[in-house]
Amino acid sequence: MTTAPTPVPTPAAVGTNGGGGTPGTATPATPAAPTATRRRRGGRAWLGALPLLVFFAIGFGLPAVAIAIGAFTTSSDAPDGGGHFTMANLSDSLQGAYLTALLGSVKLSALTALIGTAIGLPLAQAVATSRFKFVRETVLAGSGVLANFGGVPLAFMFVATLGNAGEVTTSLGLKQYGWSLYTFNGLAIVYLYFLIPLMILTITPALEGLRVQWREAAYNNGATVFQYWRHVALPVLLPSLLGGYVLLFGASFAAYATAEAMVGSSIPLISMQIGDALSGNVLVGQGNLALALGLDMIVVACLVMAIYLPLQRRSAKWLSS
Amino acid sequence: MAQFLNRLRLGRGLVLLLCGVYFFVPLGASVYFSVDDHHGSVTFDAYTSLLSAPGFLDALYLSLELAAATVVLLLVLLVPALLAARLGAPKLRPVIEVVCSMPLVVPVVALTTGIVGVLRWGPEYLADTPIFQTLVAIQNPQFPVVLLIAYVLMALPFAYRALDGGLRSVDVVTLVEAARSCGASWPRAVFSVVLPNLRSALLSASVLTVALVLGEFTTASILGFQPFSVWINAYGKTDGQMSVAVSILSLLIVWVVLLMLSVLGGRSRKAARS
Repeated sequence: MTTAPTPVPTPAAVGTNGGGGTPGTATPATPAAPTATRRRRGGRAWLGALPLLVFFAIGFGLPAVAIAIGAFTTSSDAPDGGGHFTMANLSDSLQGAYLTALLGSVKLSALTALIGTAIGLPLAQAVATSRFKFVRETVLAGSGVLANFGGVPLAFMFVATLGNAGEVTTSLGLKQYGWSLYTFNGLAIVYLYFLIPLMILTITPALEGLRVQWREAAYNNGATVFQYWRHVALPVLLPSLLGGYVLLFGASFAAYATAEAMVGSSIPLISMQIGDALSGNVLVGQGNLALALGLDMIVVACLVMAIYLPLQRRSAKWLSS
Repeated sequence: MAQFLNRLRLGRGLVLLLCGVYFFVPLGASVYFSVDDHHGSVTFDAYTSLLSAPGFLDALYLSLELAAATVVLLLVLLVPALLAARLGAPKLRPVIEVVCSMPLVVPVVALTTGIVGVLRWGPEYLADTPIFQTLVAIQNPQFPVVLLIAYVLMALPFAYRALDGGLRSVDVVTLVEAARSCGASWPRAVFSVVLPNLRSALLSASVLTVALVLGEFTTASILGFQPFSVWINAYGKTDGQMSVAVSILSLLIVWVVLLMLSVLGGRSRKAARS
């Protein structure tokens, strides 16, 4: 680059602009020079972002195109040679076993997110208002670890604990009560292991944003604890709580590794079905069904985000003011 | 009122206790499971025989290789883009933010579906073109480039947040202008002035990325490659005790990673204040 990085206005130019002189007095060259510099710099700067944008277009754009095309065309192993427009993939993906799996996933995510929220909120409140700084910091640090812990290791830890030969199962004789980890409820318990910490991490800033003055004002006006929560705290917390619920829903909905390592596809979940379908575990001519299932999943995830983002903006507004 | 407060305090203790049980029992039981020899004594076989387990070192090596490559590619792509947005083209900032948040919206399974869809185009439509050779080459099991691409995408949101936070605390524009007025060339201004100031942000982005790559299972498993996490899953079906031992080790790794991050964060905050 040949020009100086910052265009410093000459005293003459400052004088004419500052004085608000007639447009005719300013020489056209003086205001033009900085604009040209800026434009040239902008042009060069775009180049810096170019590799990222190209990479994204290939790495993310091509798969997106593949899903968009594949979900609406017949697959290549179909009798008609493939590549024809069809709605069959999409309608098949919303029928029978696949519909059951989609509903199963939604049900599991909705349930675990609800329990996670219901347990996480009082826990976070107990921690946030604790007199001991040590408790607060330990719980928050532990939540950070467990919320990021998941996948295959989590599954194995629970198998070792509550599985058929797990330590707790054998020592308490849980089997005779009909306990099994490899069920819908078992999976929910495992998911809560990382969902509750996630909720604590999400809701703690909001709880710390509740002013002590609000509670004192409420009590001075004769409110009971219940009334304070019902009319003051919960309305303020509601956007954060709903946002946290949606975040938990999304995390639980997208989880794959834990369920795959623990129960395989014996519990109907959409992510398991996609994995199965991608491994060629479908009927001939339905190769593109997996892409349609992927599209279903993206639609649900986008709905989740469409709810989450406005809520997050609203709660951020409350807490910063 | 005092009675009520007492009950409240008791309730809080109870809540904390119950949750402590829920969160510590699986940990304790797993540790016990991994050292229990079923005859009432303790053995560390599961931990010591890990190194000699078939495929362990290969899988770990592949994972480490992928992690290193992901970090390099991610930083090479992301740092120039973020600097460009700060220095010359502020209009780029929202674009980059959207690009870096998209992978967070789309579930990994769905992204993998799309990748499989792209890879299928090869034999179907492109068999006679050089693109087909490329598609074959990126699936080389020795070093699957396709996983590298997927991992860079998955790590983008986290690395973006770390780097953006770092850039917020540094006045890049002033730094670069100062360096340029002192006669430094552009590369010199970036490499010896800007990047050293971003050291902790770069480090935390890298650490997060490494943790993500080492733990990633979904894409690698569906595409049929065998890095560390896929190997644990496959091997765990034959040797339960060792798989639990590895799980505990990986929990420790997550813990160490987060500890490193908080130490780094604390140091940079202190540096910003002074």
